[in-house]
Amino acid sequence: MPIDKIFKDDASEEKGERARMASFIGAMAVADLVKSTLGPKGMDKILQSTGRGHSVTVTNDGATILKSLHIDNPAAKVLVDISKVQDDEVGDGTTSVVVLAGELLREAEKLVTSKIHPMTIIAGYRMAAECARDALLKRVIDNKENAEKFRSDLMKIAMTTLCSKILSQDKEHFAEMAVDAVFRLKGSTNLEAIQIIKKPGGSLRDSFLDEGFILDKKIGIGQPKRIENAKILVANTAMDTDKVKIYGARVRVDSMTKVAQIEGAEKEKMKDKVNKILAHGINCFVNRQLIYNFPEELFADAGVLAIEHADFEGIERLGLVTGGEIASTFDNPESVKLGHCKLIEEIMIGEDKLIHFSGVEMGQACSIVLRGASHHVLDEAERSLHDALCVLSQTVNDSRVLLGGGWPEMVMAKEVDELARKTAGKKSHTIEAFSRALVAIPTTIADNAGLDSAELVAQLRAEHHTEGCNAGIDVISGAVGDMEERGIYEAFKVKQAVLLSATEAAEMILRVDEIITCAPRRREDRM
Amino acid sequence: MALAFDEFGRPFIILREQDQKTRLRGIDAQKANIAAGKAVARILRSSLGPKGMDKMLQGPDGDVTITNDGATILEQMDVDNQIAKLMVELSRSQDYEIGDGTTGVVVMAGALLEQAERQLDRGIHPIRVAEGYEMASRVAVEHLERISQKFEFDVNNFEPLVQTCMTTLSSKIVNRCKRSLAEIAVKAVLAVADLERRDVNLDLIKIEGKVGGNLEDTELIYGILVDKDMSHPQMPKQIEDAHIAILTCPFEPPKPKTKHKVDIDTVEKFETLRKQEQQYFDEMVQKCKDVGATLVICQWGFDDEANHLLMHRNLPAVRWVGGVELELIAIATGGRIVPRFQELTPEKLGKAGMVREKSFGTTKERMLYIEHCANSKAVTIFIRGGNKMMIDETKRSIHDALCVARNLIRNKSIVYGGGAAEIACSLAVDAAADKYPGVEQYAIRAFAEALDSVPMALAENSGLQPIETLSAVKSQQLKENIPFYGIDCNDVGTNDMREQNVFETLIGKQQQILLATQVVKMILKIDDVISNSEY
Repeated sequence: MPIDKIFKDDASEEKGERARMASFIGAMAVADLVKSTLGPKGMDKILQSTGRGHSVTVTNDGATILKSLHIDNPAAKVLVDISKVQDDEVGDGTTSVVVLAGELLREAEKLVTSKIHPMTIIAGYRMAAECARDALLKRVIDNKENAEKFRSDLMKIAMTTLCSKILSQDKEHFAEMAVDAVFRLKGSTNLEAIQIIKKPGGSLRDSFLDEGFILDKKIGIGQPKRIENAKILVANTAMDTDKVKIYGARVRVDSMTKVAQIEGAEKEKMKDKVNKILAHGINCFVNRQLIYNFPEELFADAGVLAIEHADFEGIERLGLVTGGEIASTFDNPESVKLGHCKLIEEIMIGEDKLIHFSGVEMGQACSIVLRGASHHVLDEAERSLHDALCVLSQTVNDSRVLLGGGWPEMVMAKEVDELARKTAGKKSHTIEAFSRALVAIPTTIADNAGLDSAELVAQLRAEHHTEGCNAGIDVISGAVGDMEERGIYEAFKVKQAVLLSATEAAEMILRVDEIITCAPRRREDRM
Repeated sequence: MALAFDEFGRPFIILREQDQKTRLRGIDAQKANIAAGKAVARILRSSLGPKGMDKMLQGPDGDVTITNDGATILEQMDVDNQIAKLMVELSRSQDYEIGDGTTGVVVMAGALLEQAERQLDRGIHPIRVAEGYEMASRVAVEHLERISQKFEFDVNNFEPLVQTCMTTLSSKIVNRCKRSLAEIAVKAVLAVADLERRDVNLDLIKIEGKVGGNLEDTELIYGILVDKDMSHPQMPKQIEDAHIAILTCPFEPPKPKTKHKVDIDTVEKFETLRKQEQQYFDEMVQKCKDVGATLVICQWGFDDEANHLLMHRNLPAVRWVGGVELELIAIATGGRIVPRFQELTPEKLGKAGMVREKSFGTTKERMLYIEHCANSKAVTIFIRGGNKMMIDETKRSIHDALCVARNLIRNKSIVYGGGAAEIACSLAVDAAADKYPGVEQYAIRAFAEALDSVPMALAENSGLQPIETLSAVKSQQLKENIPFYGIDCNDVGTNDMREQNVFETLIGKQQQILLATQVVKMILKIDDVISNSEY
């Protein structure tokens, strides 16, 4: 008796070994894709969008690459997802997490072919991950108490993060910038307060951190270009016609004179509003919405600098920086908090005029102006800087740091190997496999740098046999070196997140023994 | 195809467009249905138990779900066969009624169908098989009642509850931290439970998930978590001892429901209207302030002006809060939902000890915690996890655990898990079979056989020798007459389920047997399948 079809037409089902193979292969393919971008000598990828304009992105940020891929394999999607989460949560290590998960699955595949049940593999991986984490915890360095040292730690972390990016040429410059910016935040992780402005032209080295605030707007015509001791009113209000908001109201007139009267009244109303605003005793007015010609003229007459159409984030940030509140009504000028700053002036960066607020009250916010040869360079520079800022702001909260350059992986691998020797039973094989997967990361870093990875990793392993060793791969000189001396540091939080999410993802994919794919939803053709 | 002919030899047309329909009759129909049912059960079979595997489901839009929750798998499976749909319904009803054991019920039904097929081959009429199953299920349910044990627990000693929830969670991917999740689930249920009436309203437990962090960071919040932030970026982020006004009217100009038009035809009218508008905003905010509110939660949006006025008067506000959340907030804080500003009174305000905004990660995700509420009856379980699939799966697992805890509060009886209850029932049914004269006897024996398939699947998934293990446990149960022996799935070394602390709820198990029997009876009674062939 033939079994009737259970599924719908286009749905498919893959079972057992085949399902497992499909997901292993998919996941490994994704991992291999981003593998070559890992490490300081990693290569970049060009991404071309299929949308209109075929815009091009050049990047070596794992999360950005994976985000732009169209993937059909469900297991590969799991990996894309973890890299996205890594990006959201700690900002860096997006490539490492995918590579590690891919290596874990590659090892798992070998184990499965040698007849070890996936559940046993998972159990072993869990034990190994736990042990690896403990190993890291034992070796963390925490310099929270010592402000100066902490700062130099941060500098090193920023430099390590940046050295794998496009900014590596000027990493000291940018690391300095990033650390300064993060210190201004005073422990908050709110990166919104750091504004990044990209202006093509000049070279990357011309980028600078500005302690003030830069608004990408022009000053209205006929208004002062420079104000000292500015009192700023930040507002979000309609400065066009100011409609009557009561529902259903409409203007109905029966003669031209009345039209003129109403128009007059409207103008009067606007004038009223402007006067009220002026009554705050301000000399700078920043509005989120448009300011029409008429009120602009009024402001110009009063000698007030009026800036229109500052976008919402600009407004919020400006409010934050200058300490003013965002106002929408203007009836009681005495109680509205105004923003202050020492100097407002128009500055030129490249060909564009920008408004610069300096000497602001609250020093939390700051702007970073990036300069560079092209948009692609700037975009990539922004992403790199973003990574560095994320890592730094997380490190400010969790000040534990580790050495870099494959050092943490070797430390973990060593501990995990020990555990494997102590564990009895089949799990021992899987724990060993875990340590092999960990070692794959330094191997990849070395490979990408065109070094003899087998030789280097073997050397590294031998070095790590001694207690308290600081050896890692120094890609620049192409040899094993002391990471502490070279100043290559990484944040503990990043490494921990890489370890745990990669294990979690591998576990998730391993547990699957059946893939059921539903029929794709048909798009209605409206053509 | 059977046709009726009239006296002239022309066929009566009984079914419209007969040749376009496929029709299966008699024993063929039953066989086909059984085959379909078995096929569905076979898919789920490998997900059963603590060592069960997961399924990866790719939805019609390319979204990926990874789960081993029977109900979820079946629901998303895109099933086309009618009988398979019945099986889907079966697991769904187990999910609605009990919340746990959704895989088990389908595996059970599949086993019953398999046994029924054998009986049909012997020439036993399907109805007799169905009747035999019915009798057997009654015996099994009664036996479960007999071997069940009462569980003593109260608010202070909820360890037994935690143990039971752990059994449920151990089969999910979250078993890494089953202990803490089980505790969270039990505490949540106890917080909202009405122990007097033995009733738990699970609507009061909100499950909220956010990607990022670890599974270990999952926490229980005695209060409400709203995925919103303050309407104005400069409002205070933390409010102690909050008096909350819960509004369903927008801070916007009035929109009367009747149709009307305000005509502006003179300058004076324009002016007055303008003044009124300003006053209106002012009044709205003032009203809230007057009754003593220190936080406004609103279902609708705010006008910019209103927003500023609120900020200005130091009245933090949250906008666009969903209806369900609004209700939960109202319940938790003991406030009343107020539909109009005029009806705001101090009594209608909700109270909470602490309201704070918390941001996560590097993106600008913010959430609002409302804690220490006046009426702590509403709680939130806040799940963190590595990725979205993990969180979804954790949500489902927690839901199962919550249901189990609720069932235990409703009915304190438990039976032992790990297949122990099924084996005990199987023995009881087998013994009872001999007492029935007639053909049903065979069906009842078949039922006992089918009951064995659950522990068998457990053993199989755990990598044990299924037949050997089962027969060993069975003889042990029979010899010592103790219904606690089950399959040792986790390789602990003992198969005494009391020692392993593997419990399941009595109602859950009973329901499984009853539902599975019912569906199988229904499938057996079908002897004609008429379906439109492909067109």
